[in-house]
Amino acid sequence: MKPVRKQRLYLILAMVVAIAVAAGFGLNAFNQNLMFFFAPTEVVAGKAPDTAVFRLGGMVVEGSVQRPGDDLRVRFDLTDFEQVVSVEYTGILPDLFREGQGIVSRGRLRADGVFVAEEVLAKHDENYMPPEVADSLKKAPGDLE
Amino acid sequence: MGSPPHFYRFTGKILPWLSLLCTLLIAAGLWGGLVEAPADYQQGDSFRIIYVHVPSAWMSLFVYVVMAVCGAIGLIWHMKNAEIIAVSSAPIGASFTFLALVTGSLWGKPMWGSWWVWDARLTSELILLFLYLGVIGLYAAIEDKRTASRAVAILALVGLVNIPIIHYSVEWWNTLHQGPTVTKFDKPSIHVSMLIPLLLMAVGFKLFYLISVLIRARGELIERESNSNWVSELLEKR
Amino acid sequence: MNLDQFLHMGGYGFYIWTSYGIAFVVLALNIILPVRQQKRALKDIANRRRRNQERMSDL
Repeated sequence: MKPVRKQRLYLILAMVVAIAVAAGFGLNAFNQNLMFFFAPTEVVAGKAPDTAVFRLGGMVVEGSVQRPGDDLRVRFDLTDFEQVVSVEYTGILPDLFREGQGIVSRGRLRADGVFVAEEVLAKHDENYMPPEVADSLKKAPGDLE
Repeated sequence: MGSPPHFYRFTGKILPWLSLLCTLLIAAGLWGGLVEAPADYQQGDSFRIIYVHVPSAWMSLFVYVVMAVCGAIGLIWHMKNAEIIAVSSAPIGASFTFLALVTGSLWGKPMWGSWWVWDARLTSELILLFLYLGVIGLYAAIEDKRTASRAVAILALVGLVNIPIIHYSVEWWNTLHQGPTVTKFDKPSIHVSMLIPLLLMAVGFKLFYLISVLIRARGELIERESNSNWVSELLEKR
Repeated sequence: MNLDQFLHMGGYGFYIWTSYGIAFVVLALNIILPVRQQKRALKDIANRRRRNQERMSDL
């Protein structure tokens, strides 16, 4: 390679590395803001805002979904398999909402520690398979197929 | 890559074959994805959006890398063909990014319950669209096309940092978007009957990009070399 | 499976067919527009040359 070209190559490489490092520092600094939701453990540890609106994400605990009234009010527990936070929500749930499903809800904490949600979004996993396969997996957990 | 006239003649020869192969792959992928593949155990038929969403999203990243690498080659070695491939990639890359965002939104509404959320994956993909639009706008704004391609190459290289951010966003941060399915290191967590159409579509989209970028590059080449002898010969032959 | 069921897509027909429709239009534009642009470029160059030649013969 001619020296001029070599120089240009190094210049470009240096530029790309410098930008990557700068972006790395920037993202690290704003790490918490880039998190879409808080986990129940963080909420129990008091890391989530007391009064402001935030998002809470976790898995709906099996058997915890209750409908106390005739209206659209639902109560359920959310867990990250370490801590549990109770959630109350009034409204229409997304198609994917079910027990054992990951969800993200937006709302605020009430004084008694119950999370009052204004919005519930379902988070689905990265597995795709036909229903028959899913059924047989439930009977004998293991690999796909 | 060789000289411009050689590039023009060669691509003219292979384009019909590429188009045929691309059509066959996408037709097979559509048949497999919309008809043959079973409905998903959780998402039912709505998961079939995967067959346009995921290939578009993959291509939005792939095209950007090609654009940045060709831009760098243009900067370092002043290769005309690489410059032209870089600038011709921007519109098709922007199209794939737009498709990934729109089809994702149409998938998010019924499944997540929202058209759009500002999580790290969706936001970084939106930034990618703006990067592409910036490249297109910058190239159009500068009169001299060789200067323009150099400016565009630098912008593309700066934006390159966004590519790993998009890919790893779902692992580095909590997001509403789920983690990777096919590109994980262990076995892909998608059933074979659903995976095969997805791969067919992915290869089909890659060929589509190649076709579109070659057509655009040929047009760009003619405009840039409008005073040369080989373009004269081309005009006489018409 | 009949056609109605196929179009209905278990209730997700709107989302699926809109996705595929938009994808088709966007991809088609990515072929049509560059082809047109290339044709226009060739025509422009041909016109420019003809004009130049006429100007030369006028002199």
